[in-house]
Amino acid sequence: MNWEVIIKWLPRLAEGAVLTLELVAIAVIAGLILAIPMGIARSSKNLLVRGLPYGYIFFFRGTPLLVQLFLVYYGLAQFDAVRNGPFWPILRDPFWCAVITMTLHTTAYIAEILRGAIQSVPQGEIEAARALGMSRSQAMLRIILPRAARIGLPAYSNEVILMLKASALASTVTLLELTGMARTIIARTYLPVEIFFAAGMFYLVIAYVLVQAFRLLERWLRVDACQGR
Amino acid sequence: MNFDLYGFGPALAAGTLMTIKLALSALVLGLVLGLLGALAKTSPYKPVQWLGGTYSTIVRGIPELLWVLLIYFGTVNMMRTLADVLGLESLELSPFAAGVIALGICFGAYATEVFRGAILAIPKGHREAGQALGMSKARIFWRLILPQMWRIALPGLGNLFMILMKDTALVSVIGLNEIMRRSQIAVTASKEPFTFFLVAAFIYLGLTIIAMTGMYFLEKRAGRGFSRSAA
Repeated sequence: MNWEVIIKWLPRLAEGAVLTLELVAIAVIAGLILAIPMGIARSSKNLLVRGLPYGYIFFFRGTPLLVQLFLVYYGLAQFDAVRNGPFWPILRDPFWCAVITMTLHTTAYIAEILRGAIQSVPQGEIEAARALGMSRSQAMLRIILPRAARIGLPAYSNEVILMLKASALASTVTLLELTGMARTIIARTYLPVEIFFAAGMFYLVIAYVLVQAFRLLERWLRVDACQGR
Repeated sequence: MNFDLYGFGPALAAGTLMTIKLALSALVLGLVLGLLGALAKTSPYKPVQWLGGTYSTIVRGIPELLWVLLIYFGTVNMMRTLADVLGLESLELSPFAAGVIALGICFGAYATEVFRGAILAIPKGHREAGQALGMSKARIFWRLILPQMWRIALPGLGNLFMILMKDTALVSVIGLNEIMRRSQIAVTASKEPFTFFLVAAFIYLGLTIIAMTGMYFLEKRAGRGFSRSAA
């Protein structure tokens, strides 16, 4: 193991790590926002309302992220309407393509997490809210969603870690995030083991910090106290 | 869009076959690693426990793509040394072997947790009953624990297999001729990226549906003799 090389390239890897964090942060936050209406729709009693998001979720969960990324980054350019359209400056940029794809991908997963969480809110609590005269939307906003957020939080933190690892795929569309940066450095130094090892350690540290942060968040939201019925 | 796929249909079919081969090979390796990992994690010996824990923690914390790249590019020097020792001309890991190893290691790390949960879910009394009948430890594992673990672990393993099948796309990065790589080649020739990547997406969807159906029947078979609420 050549430690000098690792130390020498550490700042560049850190640069890559920052880009990785940006990608993940935008994707999981935007994904959460998009997933809330979708999760609510998925837990609807109406078959049509429930079925439409399912098609979306089925596609995004059933195909590899790499395919989705290539569809957005390489695929959309096939259409002249897209190339001449107003969004071309965004869709030409690998960063935004990666962000868009990761967001759409994680939205599908988060929506399913939310559906599970909403459906496991005890029926009695919803009835209690309705009995107190809350409208259905009030009950959703004040009772069901805050409750579902706590039930779904552990699964959401898993999804964030999965997205952290999925962000490595952005390196295939020329983005110099952690993995992409590592590959670039290896092309210069020919030391794959050392550099990939260092990049792996970066991922481990980021994952560890995220896990601890979510643990704090769970304590702050008092997730444990909510599990007692 | 062009529906005859410019004659790339057979190539994509061959790619699909390669993807299936890769997924199944990695599954076998991953199941073995997962079982070993779970045994290590539930072992009474602290160092062995630590080994199993480190394996599953480290592997799960690093992206699959990084494992694929690390195994493929990182073992070149090692294989060269090995070739020298064995007196061979040259020795290198094929993309297929590297893919199987990398995906197998990743699958194994997650399977470790699934199997561990299954081992812990088996009532202690069953093990004690085996001991009372004078069965050896190994025999208790083969005859009592393993057959029951299977049923409990199956849903978790099914999920992992779907993830594994999608992760096979990553091996295209090191040049294995599976679905993704074949579509990329087709894209270069036809200049129709959307068409071919969409076709690839639908092939993966089809594989997912087949795997889901297979899992349904496996779970039904493994759960026979159990009432629905218990299974």
